[in-house]
Amino acid sequence: MSEQPEPIKKVSLIVSKGSLVDVYPALVMGNGARMEGMEASIFFTFFGLGALIKKTQNSLKVATVGNPAMNMAMPMLKMPITMPFPTLLGAIPGVSNFATWMMKNEMENLDIPTIPEFLEMFTDAGGEVFACKLAMDMFKLTKDDLCDQVSSVLTVGEFYERSAGASIIFT
Amino acid sequence: MTTKELAGTTVDVDAEGFLTDHTVWNLDLAAAIAIEEGIDPLTDRHVEVLNFMRKEFEENGTAPSIRKMNKLNIVPTKELYALFPGGPAKKAAKIAGLGKPQGCI
Repeated sequence: MSEQPEPIKKVSLIVSKGSLVDVYPALVMGNGARMEGMEASIFFTFFGLGALIKKTQNSLKVATVGNPAMNMAMPMLKMPITMPFPTLLGAIPGVSNFATWMMKNEMENLDIPTIPEFLEMFTDAGGEVFACKLAMDMFKLTKDDLCDQVSSVLTVGEFYERSAGASIIFT
Repeated sequence: MTTKELAGTTVDVDAEGFLTDHTVWNLDLAAAIAIEEGIDPLTDRHVEVLNFMRKEFEENGTAPSIRKMNKLNIVPTKELYALFPGGPAKKAAKIAGLGKPQGCI
């Protein structure tokens, strides 16, 4: 007889990259965990911190260079999903801005909040937002640079302490 | 599909206990489902939220998202989580007699 697997009770997500599409998955997964009644926290480190900095969190971009799967976005332009998008095209000024604008529109249509609103929704839902101390030091940031949703700046050790009993997910 | 005895009547429910026909819903049924979900008693504030969800469902065919209820000032997200602890969207939809929510947000 196999036993019923234990339901997940707590998740700790880690965001280490700072493009728009690097940050959204953790917010969706973290908020989704709260919706299912799990404890949830998100730890932002390295370039992921950009999502928490008041001056930058509204201007995260879609990276259009070095992504061989950019063809996935073609249906948003009413073009076939198989149409290639050469990385050199992505380097032309304005292309990343355009892709970002298009992606944001698409998200609003799907009732997905902007990054600052999503952070607010996640913390209102009881989720916790942490910033990495080492990355803060490296980027010359202080807690005042970060949005109000950040509850603590943590060392790696403190992050692991707070994650006791959690499934840790690196996004 | 199975049937279940709730508030003195027999209703059709799916495998997870959601009513399969939202039109049979009434406040007695809501209170009985709420007790099963650990919410007792069902307050006027709960009922306000449930009524809004049902109205949205009848108009749009889906229950409103947590974000929408917050934006329209129906119920702030914090309060929604306090009213329906441990899974607000799913629990509220269940008590409102609606199907399991299909959205991810």
